[in-house]
Amino acid sequence: MAWRRAVQRFLRDRAATLGTALILLLIVAAVFAPILSPFPSDVADFHTAHRLRPPDSINWLGTDRMGSDLLSRILFGARITIAIAFIAVGTALVVGVPIGLVAGYYGGWASNLLMRVSDIFLAVPQIVLAIAIAQTLGPSIENVILALSITYWPFWTRLVYAETRSLKNEVFVESAIALGASPWRVMVLHILPNIASAIIVRTSIGMGVTILTAAALGFLGLGAPPPAPEWGRMIAESREFLPEAWWYATAPGIAIFMVVMGFNLLGDGLRDILDPRIRRGIGAK
Amino acid sequence: MRRLEMILSRLVWFVPTLAGLVVIVFLISNVIPTDPVRVALGENATLAQVEAMRVKLGYDKPLAVQLARHFRDVLSGNLGTSIYSQRPISEDLAKRLPATLELTLVAIALSIALGIPLGVVSALKRNSLLDHAVRVVSVSGLAIAAFWLAMQLQFLFAMKLGAAPLNSRIDGFGPEPITGLFIVDSLLSWDMESLGSALSHIALPALTLALPAAATIVRFTRAGVLEVINSNYVLYQRAMGMPPGLVVWKYVLRNALISTVTQIGLIFGVLLTNAVVIETVFDWPGLGTFAVQSILQSDHKAIIGFTIWTGALIVIFNLLVDIAHSIIDPRGTR
Repeated sequence: MAWRRAVQRFLRDRAATLGTALILLLIVAAVFAPILSPFPSDVADFHTAHRLRPPDSINWLGTDRMGSDLLSRILFGARITIAIAFIAVGTALVVGVPIGLVAGYYGGWASNLLMRVSDIFLAVPQIVLAIAIAQTLGPSIENVILALSITYWPFWTRLVYAETRSLKNEVFVESAIALGASPWRVMVLHILPNIASAIIVRTSIGMGVTILTAAALGFLGLGAPPPAPEWGRMIAESREFLPEAWWYATAPGIAIFMVVMGFNLLGDGLRDILDPRIRRGIGAK
Repeated sequence: MRRLEMILSRLVWFVPTLAGLVVIVFLISNVIPTDPVRVALGENATLAQVEAMRVKLGYDKPLAVQLARHFRDVLSGNLGTSIYSQRPISEDLAKRLPATLELTLVAIALSIALGIPLGVVSALKRNSLLDHAVRVVSVSGLAIAAFWLAMQLQFLFAMKLGAAPLNSRIDGFGPEPITGLFIVDSLLSWDMESLGSALSHIALPALTLALPAAATIVRFTRAGVLEVINSNYVLYQRAMGMPPGLVVWKYVLRNALISTVTQIGLIFGVLLTNAVVIETVFDWPGLGTFAVQSILQSDHKAIIGFTIWTGALIVIFNLLVDIAHSIIDPRGTR
């Protein structure tokens, strides 16, 4: 019954519903890109005769410098965005959460050292380290994902470590230990479920942050090489055609905005439901 | 005394943090399986050439020896030579640092000037039309890609309206160099022409950087004020008949701003991050454009240098924020 009330409250929250709708839109765009795009082959093809056409009834969002249909490229770009966000954040979670859990549970000098290492990672903005890594590896989607995962796991380790340490002294954990539960059991069955909501809320907002960082890497030329329809790269390509081709940068920019907005709103909504201790507006990342 | 202790303990951590940063960046650029020698020589180099170059650059030594050398170089300020400018990298970075500092500091000032009043008013007039408008704008501000916003502002204000210069930092040679910050320098030498030019050039990039930062500040200030305003001591002051304006100034703001100040430390990191991209769009001659040029030239050493400098800047700034925090909120200083 409790979850049903939670779902009802979530649906009443207009902002959270809008966020969910925006993310569903992204997923639909990515999955059905070949069906939805008016010119699916335009991801790789170019028709120089049609280059830089403003939006009209044929090319709804206009065409780019190669004469490719922007709407088709944006729809296929959703696949890259989803791949980067889900894999990079997922990897960071898979690495960061267990490390934070174990370090927080056992403590000791090794955990201290580990936390210091993650502090160092967190001392530098994610994109700066990611630039260094992506540049060394060479421009490709895989390398962007790798760079973002390497720079993002310490955030989760820090978060889970802090939560685990404070939970470890709670009575229910102490009694589980006293009843003879193995450390593994305590961590997975007693501590993890209690910090899950904090992780879920921050995952949603982390997706938005990751998409923005990935777009910035693409903008700098460190993302997928052309002709991949990566949104950040499309914006970079459009720069030399301002102010004449205003539509060129508009389409991918709004696509990024909608998706990041979706994840941020969803994160806010989830926080209200899952984490009533924290009121909306607190906690940016 | 306790505050001093906290500052000292932070300073003690400063050294290992930076050392760790140097190690991490070094490992990233060395452990990752690309061969810098092969990249530098191209695909057609003979094996003998590669070996000779490897010995010349010191890549034949064990990793630990390379790391020790790297440390020695970093400590002596020797970061190698930039492929892009053909000058020592540390010299290049030092020359560009004031431009980035000026930009980020103006952006921080702007975001505070926008964010705190809006956050306070939004909380005091909760659920009013203004509050809703401020919240929509602040949620949107966090979702916009900074480089895209930069291009839209350029398009609107520079290209269409002609209200601001399109790019670069100043017209002409700039004011007499004293601090390297053009606004400060032109004030010190009372050079009004340079001041006007510097201000008009910094307006768009600073605004681009400030908007997302202001959005964060609005959110935290609003939440902080809402929390304090419902507390017992504020209720007590009200009940004692203290004028509402005075209550806000004296009791609400100080307590509400604690979390905001912590945020400003984090925001500086975000601003530097965004500056990397924004500077490129506005041709701002700072650390960011240097980094991007180095990326385009595949200049490893320059990027390592940039990473170390940026990391150091952020660590120093966070230390300053911690000190400010301990002054506003003495509870935190153990």
